[in-house]
Amino acid sequence: MYAKQLIALTAGAAALAGLSSSALTDGSWGKYQVGDIRSGYTFAEPETRAMQDDDFENPAMLVLDYGAELWSTKDGDANKSCEDCHGDAENSMKGVGARYPVFYGPWGKPINIELRINECRQNNMKAKPYKYESNEMLGMTAFLKYQSRDMPVTVDIGGPNKPFYIKGKEFYYERRGQLDMACKHCHEDNAGNMIRANLLSQGQSNGFPVYRLKWNKVGSLHRRFRGCNKQVRSKPFGYGSDEYVNLELYLAWRGRGLPVESPAVRN
Amino acid sequence: MIAVTIKQFDGLRGDIVSCLALKTLNHEAQDRSGPGQWEETLKAGQNLIPILGAIGLLVGVAFVSGSAVAEDLVKFSIKDNNSIPTSLTGQAGDAENGLNVAIHRQKGNCLACHVMPIPDQPFHGAVGPDLTGVGSRYDVGELRLRVVNSKYVNPDTIMPAFYAVDGLHRVLDKFQGKPMLTAQEVEDVVAYLATLKE
Repeated sequence: MYAKQLIALTAGAAALAGLSSSALTDGSWGKYQVGDIRSGYTFAEPETRAMQDDDFENPAMLVLDYGAELWSTKDGDANKSCEDCHGDAENSMKGVGARYPVFYGPWGKPINIELRINECRQNNMKAKPYKYESNEMLGMTAFLKYQSRDMPVTVDIGGPNKPFYIKGKEFYYERRGQLDMACKHCHEDNAGNMIRANLLSQGQSNGFPVYRLKWNKVGSLHRRFRGCNKQVRSKPFGYGSDEYVNLELYLAWRGRGLPVESPAVRN
Repeated sequence: MIAVTIKQFDGLRGDIVSCLALKTLNHEAQDRSGPGQWEETLKAGQNLIPILGAIGLLVGVAFVSGSAVAEDLVKFSIKDNNSIPTSLTGQAGDAENGLNVAIHRQKGNCLACHVMPIPDQPFHGAVGPDLTGVGSRYDVGELRLRVVNSKYVNPDTIMPAFYAVDGLHRVLDKFQGKPMLTAQEVEDVVAYLATLKE
């Protein structure tokens, strides 16, 4: 009895492994795979992928619609909306989501879309910054990135961005926490392997912000970083921190060529 | 043979104590560059009073009860970079409890990464090697080393050290200064793994 159960279990695990590996080598992933670089889409369950495939099924679209509404809503002491300066987002914001984080001269360091939104709100709209994980910020970020949907991620890691890219890469390979693991141990060495009931992905960032089933909510990339850090029992860094923006820069380069999928749906 | 001692707050049994102060007393002599550097001199007992004082002064954390006692991680010796031949506690492990520790998601959580012959538990991971028959492939001392700190065998391994507190980076406060398992839990897991014969 015991042995039979064991065989069944092992066979089940093997079947799972076989399923995932056959799907990733037969070239069926289309735009979601560029060489060896595979979007989290290719590691998601079929039901999860179906949710993302249909915008009417994608729960993140509600937050995105809110972002679209905010785009045209006047705010702040300047009584301006995004649209007043930037016009139609479909034109003015096309490609932005594919090339961020970019080097931001006034700060002398890279800036991501969330922080850039708040810069604009404070400096030009004279409005209060959005809280990082608020529906306003998630909606606006999703809306902006959506304007680059299916465009390949093409982040610039040269010039003034280079030292920050290097820091982000160092973070990626640095062990941390009581479990003493680096990002690379799961997402580079073991992508495609089961960790308990979960299939480890390559940890690509091209779909963020994402609707995550586990959260039952849309969340930012930095929220995901914090969750990963805490899972290895490590102190997380702050939302929008230099450490996470640098890591975001490195990850964008690491997933270069993948299409912007924001807002994606993930497990 | 290399003598090794590492710090531990053992037997806290849930009492809330910050180990920051103890960490400052550490000589930071240990790093991962090689077992030869895992040398430590601070002993339990002889330094208990300064440790308590330092905790009070530097961190301002009060001991919750008399049951919380600071002590070093147990000293152990490594043979041929491949084995810890003697029990960390001087006692035999309890294989039955070792199975429980191995399954426990906040303790061993071995199933996260390993297939094991525990069919009533669903979803075994495939990150590490299948542990079926591992007791035939390694002797007890070799198993002990791999549970204590498998980086002795493979410095690049994903596997956490289950009995080490030094050389770690940005550990959450509540886990600082604590190994993932107590010395006896390590012995129990080792005893359990040793039963997995092919």
